Amino acid sequence: MKQVFTRPDSLKDVPTHFCPGCNHGTVHRLVGEAIDDLGLRSETIGVASVGCSVFLYGYFDIDVIEAPHGRAPAVATGAKRARPDRIVFTYQGDGDLAAIGMSEIIHSANRGEDITVIFVNNTTYGMTGGQMAPTTLPGQKTSTSPYGRDVAKDGAPFKMAELLSGLDGVAFSARVALNSPKNVLMAQKAIKTAFQYQVEKKGFSFIEALSSCPTNWGMSPLAANQRVVDEMIPYFPLGTYKNRADL
Amino acid sequence: MNSAVTEKIFVKGNEAVAMAALEAGCRCYFGYPITPQSDIPEYLSRELPKTGGEFLQAESEIGAINMLLGASAAGVRAMTSSSGPGISLKQEGISYMAGSELPGVIVDIMRQGPGLGGIDASQADYFQATRGGGHGGYRIIVLAPNSVQEMYDLTMQAFDLSDLYRIPAMVLADSVIGQMKESIVANPRPVVELPDKGWAVRGRQEGTEQNVVKSLKLGDGEMEKFHWMMHDRYQLLADKECRWEEYLTDDADLIVTAFGSTSRISKTAVAMAREAGMKVGLLRPITLFPFPKRAYAALSEHCKLFLDIELSTGQMVDDVRLSVARDAEVAFYGRPPGAGSLPTPEELFEQIARHYRACPAATEVTL
Repeated sequence: MKQVFTRPDSLKDVPTHFCPGCNHGTVHRLVGEAIDDLGLRSETIGVASVGCSVFLYGYFDIDVIEAPHGRAPAVATGAKRARPDRIVFTYQGDGDLAAIGMSEIIHSANRGEDITVIFVNNTTYGMTGGQMAPTTLPGQKTSTSPYGRDVAKDGAPFKMAELLSGLDGVAFSARVALNSPKNVLMAQKAIKTAFQYQVEKKGFSFIEALSSCPTNWGMSPLAANQRVVDEMIPYFPLGTYKNRADL
Repeated sequence: MNSAVTEKIFVKGNEAVAMAALEAGCRCYFGYPITPQSDIPEYLSRELPKTGGEFLQAESEIGAINMLLGASAAGVRAMTSSSGPGISLKQEGISYMAGSELPGVIVDIMRQGPGLGGIDASQADYFQATRGGGHGGYRIIVLAPNSVQEMYDLTMQAFDLSDLYRIPAMVLADSVIGQMKESIVANPRPVVELPDKGWAVRGRQEGTEQNVVKSLKLGDGEMEKFHWMMHDRYQLLADKECRWEEYLTDDADLIVTAFGSTSRISKTAVAMAREAGMKVGLLRPITLFPFPKRAYAALSEHCKLFLDIELSTGQMVDDVRLSVARDAEVAFYGRPPGAGSLPTPEELFEQIARHYRACPAATEVTL
């Protein structure tokens, strides 16, 4: 019998630690598929960040470097400069990329480093137990914003896909979601494009994936999925914000 | 590589570091401007690309050390350099490198602190360098040149030692050594047998195991095992790699001990003391970690008075006290860093004479 749906070779056959309803597993799969489809498995170096994404090396059957909190784009820069013939990607959450790592992401994007950044935005610090993140929505209650995010005090959430699209070094910047089969297919295409651009040395490619975090949002997986539709997508519109192919 | 020069050339200490890095096969340099080390990135921005290497001015010291981490993890020789405030920022990355058993060379041209401090010579970052500097309990290799020639030679050794032991290595100098010009011989890279970097991330090839460079260790007993393994590795370093210089120590009744720029001034003062008939010698540690304890232990068998001199209120003196025989005394003379606080040879001579007179074993001298 012909098998039509299998685990990507780039992923290990192991259960993940991710909570039920979390989209990290889906993003892992899409990244694995892109690496497989483009035949990049033996030349790809992954850079793991700090947060729920740290266990990248446990799920991807590729070479991986673990970076300090927020520094993955700098670590990826070093690896890519050392081995320009390799495909280097980072995989980071919102606290890691848009708070402590803002300097590293902005500067690596501005330099047009030939790396791919997979940014999982779930509006909270997942690993540490659901604190306020730079992408926490206005009014959203978290363990450190018990009265809801106050934009007057904490500022407004960062829209990273839009922000980075303004930099000349960025070849591709897109925001995707994983809440429906349609959006997963769009995400699959965008992630593959991001890696393809790196292969073609077009410059920095960036994918922001809206993800649910049922555990820290205090919701069931289904309710969390609905929140992505009702609250996240309206604030973080999906789409391609920069595409060097269009320029 | 660049052709070996055997005739003498006249260069700045910082330039010698950069030249040595090129000769050592450094492929990537990541840095950020800060006085008094900026000659290093300036030199390498000009020369490293000519050898096919990568020079990158990072957005910050934090960016630079993490780029070093990434390049080292990818298996190439790489370096960064900075001074006090920048070295503080690098500590996070150095801790991760130590936890990931990554080699890499970090040059620290010390300036004053705390805070912004000032740009004159200082030795007040001895503790930061020799105690690891960041969190978690680790050590790095620390080499302390006291001449431009040693800036060159020890930078090259730093690459070899770091690769050999998979421990980050620091060249710890100060603005005097970094900024002064001396004639040196730019020796060719020594032939050192180094282990293959089979652990490096290069892209997982078919039929090979996945390589992971990481510091996270969550397995039962995994972290404890790592710490004991590193403890043993530090001990091996201490057994095999301690370097020091002795000057007129054989019959000395008082031994001055100092590192880096202070050891140069001390050496002049020791020579002055000898001329005045005092049996004084100098012990200069070249490796600050591993600290050459056995040199102190051996010399304190016959010499019972040591005078430690530093450009701080006393840091290395702790290691000296832990290294000498129990019945040996360790005196201290310090000039905390600051404009105008660099001691003269005459000033150190006076300190030597003062302590020498009080020394019971001292030969009678008339000053």
